[in-house]
Formats: sequence, structure tokens, C-alpha cells
Amino acid sequence: MSSTETNAKKQNRFTLRTVKRAQLPKNKVAMLRLAALLMALLAGAVFIMIIGSNPFAVYKTMVEGALRSKLAIYGTIKIMIPLLITSLGITLAFKMKFWNVGGEGQIIMGALFASYFGIFHGDWPHAVLIPVMFLAGMLGGGLTGLLPAYFKAKYNTNETLFTLMLNYIALNLVIFLREGPWADPTSPGYKKFALFTENGRLDKVFGVHAGWIIALVLLILTFIYLKYTKHGYEIDVVGESTATAGYAGMNVKKIILRTMFISGAICGIAGMIEVSGNAGTMSEGVTRGVGFTAIIVAWLAGLKPWSIFIISALFSIMEKGSSVVESTFGLSAACADVLQGIILFFVIGCEFFIRFKVTISKKGGTN
Amino acid sequence: MSMFISFLAAAITAGTPILFGTLGEIITEKVGHLNLGVEGMMAIGACAGFMVGYSTDSFFLALIAAFAAGMLAALLYGLLTITLMANQNVTGLTLTIFGVGFANFCGFYARKAYGVESLKLPENITSQMRNINIPGLSDIPVIGQLFFSYNPFVYLGIITAILLSIYLNKTKTGLNIRAIGENPASADAAGIKVTKWKYINVGLGGGICGIGGAFTIMIINKGVWISDCVGGLGWIAVALVIFASWSPTKAIFGSFVFGALRQLKYYVPSSIGIPGALYDMLPYVITTIVLVAASVRSSKKNSQPASCGINYFREER
Repeated sequence: MSSTETNAKKQNRFTLRTVKRAQLPKNKVAMLRLAALLMALLAGAVFIMIIGSNPFAVYKTMVEGALRSKLAIYGTIKIMIPLLITSLGITLAFKMKFWNVGGEGQIIMGALFASYFGIFHGDWPHAVLIPVMFLAGMLGGGLTGLLPAYFKAKYNTNETLFTLMLNYIALNLVIFLREGPWADPTSPGYKKFALFTENGRLDKVFGVHAGWIIALVLLILTFIYLKYTKHGYEIDVVGESTATAGYAGMNVKKIILRTMFISGAICGIAGMIEVSGNAGTMSEGVTRGVGFTAIIVAWLAGLKPWSIFIISALFSIMEKGSSVVESTFGLSAACADVLQGIILFFVIGCEFFIRFKVTISKKGGTN
Repeated sequence: MSMFISFLAAAITAGTPILFGTLGEIITEKVGHLNLGVEGMMAIGACAGFMVGYSTDSFFLALIAAFAAGMLAALLYGLLTITLMANQNVTGLTLTIFGVGFANFCGFYARKAYGVESLKLPENITSQMRNINIPGLSDIPVIGQLFFSYNPFVYLGIITAILLSIYLNKTKTGLNIRAIGENPASADAAGIKVTKWKYINVGLGGGICGIGGAFTIMIINKGVWISDCVGGLGWIAVALVIFASWSPTKAIFGSFVFGALRQLKYYVPSSIGIPGALYDMLPYVITTIVLVAASVRSSKKNSQPASCGINYFREER
């Protein structure tokens, strides 16, 4: 590190060294993360003070706003469902070190495939339509994940950039369909997708659409899949080293294709749930940026399903709470993004201290 | 014919903000850092440029501010990814979320603080952003419109691209930088100060993105502040890096192609009936094809620097 060098020049006696840590004990990791979160909240507080509000009041409103009433909690859960599901989907790919930043596109395509049946086959019985939409959503997301995986496996095409491009291709495809072929013929003027019939809407269970059950089932399935199945093991090995996986006789290409299909399919489910459970129709804003936020959630959770559950809950509380803060304090919606950004920067930065330790050693000392 | 000329001229103008974003991202990726925060850095640059322009009445200071703000944002990314070795995708995305939010927030707050409905840059600045009119040259038919009729950003963008091309390909520093991008451990062993040059390039890249951001607010929105002023151009810029195969001079050409694609829908007669969304999709489709084609050919020369996306940990070489 050059900071090491300049430091050495200045003092000529001490030098900073960065050393990889052995696995830190769990409680220490938790302590470090907590410290980072506190520092982030502190930095956020400074920001809130600069703009002339009381940080305690803002934070309090944020938490209360997300959890104060049944309705608020329902709202928070609704935000959390797609975020949790998409984070789980992305985790599969990330475990394989396949940088799937195409969650947005996969959600959109899942939603779009599901919407096809919701819009054009709304007369099908509920018990048929919902499963069909569910499968269509999986297929839409899965195929969108499969495409970059195919080129990655075959030609080693950069998946980060490919999946990123697919986000925008999918988005424009939706706009194209909304403005033309799929536009609601009964809507004059502004072109939009037709609302689904009741048959195409997910049922409500305990006040929130059934997406939450699907999300929890997926959480458990993902956990089992990654931890206790042969597939999960293969993903781990490919993630560590494709060469090792090859020597061990694994079919790396097949694993990449299969995992990315599942990863995309899970994101597609999130899309299906959003249109069928939440919005009741398709729109180009269906993802609400979840595909990107999920990357951050999955990463902060260390790609562990249970941590993903907790972190996506925290994110959802922050988002729901921010909307209340917005109206209570007359702040802009962007304020939440800024706070979120500040917190994320701290937490991301803190990972360093979990993985590495910085030691001061005398120059020319043990090395 | 005259319509075609004005189409080309419009394409070149429309491509310029993308060009800045792309140039910034190219020199960032050249030192092995994929910064997905282009959109955010452009937004921050736009915001800083606008606010400084608004309060100082100086076009020059506004540009400096846009550059400096973009650079600061990039250095934050640098601190996290270079020194703290955080995941580049995650950090870049966070920078985008933060940057866009920060810019929107500043705009909102400034409106409240000044107590006005909408913020508009003073006339002194807007007049300087208009297309340059060079007496004599600009009046030549066709050539005048094609070469001598743009706003200052266009020329600045092309000059920046050429300078960067020289910097990367013709200087010793450029050679070192390319070495860092391909294999930081070897570069380090050869005595190149890897960390230092990573910071310099990442910071410089952010600054250039910031200028591109200033373009979006000053030219596209004609000096009136709006939220989300960058509007996804940053992502197109990331795409263009691939299209330009990491070459600043090809980026000039590429940005005009992308600019043309963005302008096409206003010039193709609507009677042909191609929906607007398909035009908007084109840049991404073409970029994907280029990306795939490059990997099928597996040419080392026109591909992403090998270490891109992977942080360099010195103790692990």
C-alpha cells in the first residue's frame, strides 16, 4: 500500500501493514458490524442536523413509521417481500461468483411473463391462473438469467455487463408492450396495462398478500438448497475455483447454467408476486429498484439466507419509515436515499476490519 | 439533406454527456476498478455544478465544481475499494443510490432554502453554454453546422478523449496504468505505485463523469434544475465502455453512435411506425452484441482489463 510507504518515509520507523485475519469469532464480527451501524447512524445524525432537523426525532419517526400500526407493518412487509426473494435469488449466483446484477431485468421479465396470463387470460379460474402465472414468472426470470449464463459458460462473456444491459432491454421491452401491443384498449389517452381480474390476484393471508408465505418458503428452500444438497455444494466449489470443480469431475458449464436459471427464476417469482399480489397489473416501475438494492442486501448479509432475512427487514423498515419521515418533517424522498447511502458506506467499509487487521510494526522488524 | 445534417449535429450533442461518463469509466477500469457509480457521480457533478453556477454566476467555477464533486465521490469509492478492498459492484451501486439521492436532495433543499418554485441558472451562464458561433467558420454551409456549431462541452469532451488516449497509450505512465489493470501484482513488482495510480485514475475518472453530469443539467435541461437529471445516461456510459472496447478515441465515435440512436426517434418519420421504446432499447442491444462478439473472438486486445472487478491485496500476490 502506498499509504504504508508514505507513512514509512515520514516516520522512518513504523509501518502500517494490512494482514488477512483468520476467521474472527462471531461475537466480534457482530460487535464490529454494530459499531459500524452506530457510526453510520451518527454520521446520518450529523447530516440530519445540517439540514436543520432533530436526528433523534427523525430516527424515532422512522422506526415508528414502519412499525407503529398494523397497517404500517403490512406496508413494511409488502416492501420486504420482493426484496427478500430477490436477495435470495441473487445469492445463488453470487455464491458461484457469478456477478448477477440483472435482478432488475429478471424481476421485470418474471412480472411480464406472469402478466401475459393476468392480462389476456383473466377469465381462467383462480386456482389455475395463479399457478400458471407463478410458473410463467419463474420461466421469464429464469430464461433472462440463463441467457448471460449461456454466454458466460460458453465464451466467458462478462456477466456483470451482460446482466446489466439486460435490465435496460427488459425495461424498454415493457415500455414497448405498454405503449403498443399490450396497451389496455379500454383506457383512453395515457397508455397502460389493463388491471388483472380478481382471478389473477394473489389471495390475502392475515392481511397481506400471500407473497409473504412464498417468501418464507423460498427462504427455507434456499437455505436447505445451499447448505444440504449436492447442488449447493457444487455452487460453493465453482465459486471457489472453476478449475477445482473441473478436476473434481463437475460439469462446470451445467452448474453455471442451472444455478443462473434458478437465480433468475427466483427473481422472476418476486416479479410475479409484485404484479399479482401488490400492484394488480404490470408497469415499468414494477421493480422499484429492488434488483439493485437486493445486491447490497445479499452482500451485506454475507450471502447467508437468515442474515438476508434480517437485513432485508431492516432495509424495509428504513424505506417504509423514510416515507413517513418525508411527510412528517417535510423532507424529500431523496433524504432516505442519502441516509441509506451513508449507512451503506459505513457498513461496507467495516467489512474490511472483519477481513483484515492493520498492524503497526517497526520497520525492518519481523517480516 | 439539411435534415440529415441537423440529425448528425443533434447526435453529436446528445452523445457528449455519455462520452464524458464513458471516458471517466474507461480510465477507472484501466486500473482494474469497475465503478458502477457513474450515474451517481454524474448526478453529484450535475448538482455541484448547478449549485455553484447558481450562486457564483460563473460557468468556469461551475465546471470546476462539477469536476471536483465527481472526483470526491469517486475517491470515496476509491477509499472503499482500493484501501478497504470492498466489493466493487456493491460499492459502485451504493454510490449510485447515494449520488442520485444526494443530488435530488440538494435540489429539493435549495428550492426550499431559496424559497423558489424552480431553480434556473443565471443568464450569464446560460449564454455561455449556447452553441459557439465562430464568425466565418460557423457560417460555412454543412461544415459550419457539422463542426463549428456546438456548445463548449462537445469540444471539451473530444479534447478530453484525445488527451486521455495520449495519456493511456503514448506515455510511460499510461503503460504503467495499463499494466496495473492487467496484473497489479506484476506492476507492483515492477516498482509501479499501484495504490497511488489507482487513486489518481479513479478520482480523475469521477471528475470527468462529473462534467458529464453538468452537461445533463446545463444543456439537456437548459439550466433548469430537475430531479433525476442524469436519467440513466450513466448506465449507457457504462455500456458504451464496452462498445468502445476501452479506447477513448473509439469512445468519441461510439458516443456519437449512441447519441444518434437516442435522437433517431425524433428524425425517423413517425409514419414508419417504429415505437420509441425500441429506439431506446437499441444502445443496450448493440452493446450486448458487441460484448458477446468480443468474447466469442476472445481477443485480448479489445477486452476488459484482466484485473477489473478484483481488488488487489498486496500481501496475497
